[in-house]
Amino acid sequence: MFRIIAAVIGRDLKLAMRRQSDIVSALFFFIIVVSLFPLGIGPEPELLRKLAPGVLWVAALLATMLSLPRMFADDHRDGTLEQLALAPHPLGLVVTGKVIAHWLVSGLPLALIAPVLGIQFDLSTDALVVLTFAILIGTPALSGIGAIGAALTMGLRGGGVLLSLLVLPLYIPVLIFGAGAVDATVSGLGGEGHLSLLAALTFASLGFAPWASAAALKIALE
Amino acid sequence: MKDRFNLYRFASPATFYPFAGALIPYFVAVSIVFGLAGLWLGMLVAPTDFQQGEGYRIIFIHVPASWMSMFIYLVMAGWAAIGLAFNTRLSGMMAQALAPTGALMAFLSLLTGALWGKPMWGAWWVWDARLTSELILLFLYIGYMALTAAIDDARRADKAGGLLLLVGVVNIPIIYFSVKWWNTLHQGSSVNLAKSSMATTMLWGMLLMAMCFWMYSIAIALMRVRTIMLERERHTDWVKAELLGKAGDEK
Repeated sequence: MFRIIAAVIGRDLKLAMRRQSDIVSALFFFIIVVSLFPLGIGPEPELLRKLAPGVLWVAALLATMLSLPRMFADDHRDGTLEQLALAPHPLGLVVTGKVIAHWLVSGLPLALIAPVLGIQFDLSTDALVVLTFAILIGTPALSGIGAIGAALTMGLRGGGVLLSLLVLPLYIPVLIFGAGAVDATVSGLGGEGHLSLLAALTFASLGFAPWASAAALKIALE
Repeated sequence: MKDRFNLYRFASPATFYPFAGALIPYFVAVSIVFGLAGLWLGMLVAPTDFQQGEGYRIIFIHVPASWMSMFIYLVMAGWAAIGLAFNTRLSGMMAQALAPTGALMAFLSLLTGALWGKPMWGAWWVWDARLTSELILLFLYIGYMALTAAIDDARRADKAGGLLLLVGVVNIPIIYFSVKWWNTLHQGSSVNLAKSSMATTMLWGMLLMAMCFWMYSIAIALMRVRTIMLERERHTDWVKAELLGKAGDEK
């Protein structure tokens, strides 16, 4: 079971490393979107500190979504996906591997760069730590839920826009608890409760979402 | 055996089409009766609210629309589950026929809520937990309709849409509670929706209007499912016979 997941992760990471520009451009999209906000609303540190969690999280949602269509599209185009679906292993495990690989190349870099962007927004050290941690444990849920949308819209015209329509409403809980954790830390309430709920969302979506997207892939491959 | 009533017979579009056509006038009639009774009770009989004045009467539209918007999503998810489990053709058509009505109800609920909120709360929109989750419900309806519209193959559209509905139904409680907690933590508005015990006539008016909306939704969904059937089964003999028969009547 773990062998097949590890094999898929290794394969997807290798493919991603051959096309590093994709990873880098998603990361720069995140940086640019976050940097646009101070330009739009003004440089007052008080205001920026208040807006930082929401801005960073919304940008993280959008940046993760940007790379979702590629999760299955390339494999679908060259026929790999059909072979994976025919393989004796459950397709859900294959998708689990793909979700984890997607997180490693899209969610993890966001978490690593987030503290730097947080400094731009004048966040305190405590808030920076919580922000980084929240993005670290929240983004796997984004990859998991996103996989369902990516599987449902695979091969459709206007897939990218459609994907955002399907996936963004489902991302709302992650946004609320992710930004809420930082907010609660800033206001002195402590973000542990939010972080626990965020972790619960991540584990639930990593458990269920791959099987739902496997079902969606089978519908698309019929 | 031949004459025994068999529910499964109506799982076939060819038999369901005339059956639905025969039912529609009854649902329309019942809807009009309930609607007139509900409006009479709500607009003329029910007393003026001592706090909210005459403006409260919009709840006779608002509350039934909100109920229906939530209920229709559940019904669609139920059809989706049946469709995915038993691979029936009609289920996907029913879900697709219900979706625009559900979206309309969610929109009506938001619109009447805004019209009610302006005089009562002094704002068209507040980020109240109920308003926000109703808005998200509207997004879910729109996502479903966009997905089914983007897939050309009808069978794939039904199944993919059905899967999305089931994912949505699992997520609705999570979204609702997250929005609720978010709202209480942010403490955006100090609006209290809790009403003191409602007058009996108001409650009856609301229930009658809810029945009216319910019957309307069934009637309109049956009408829509009939056109979907004709469109999808246009290559079959029964549709040709049906359309030729209609053309013959007009002559």
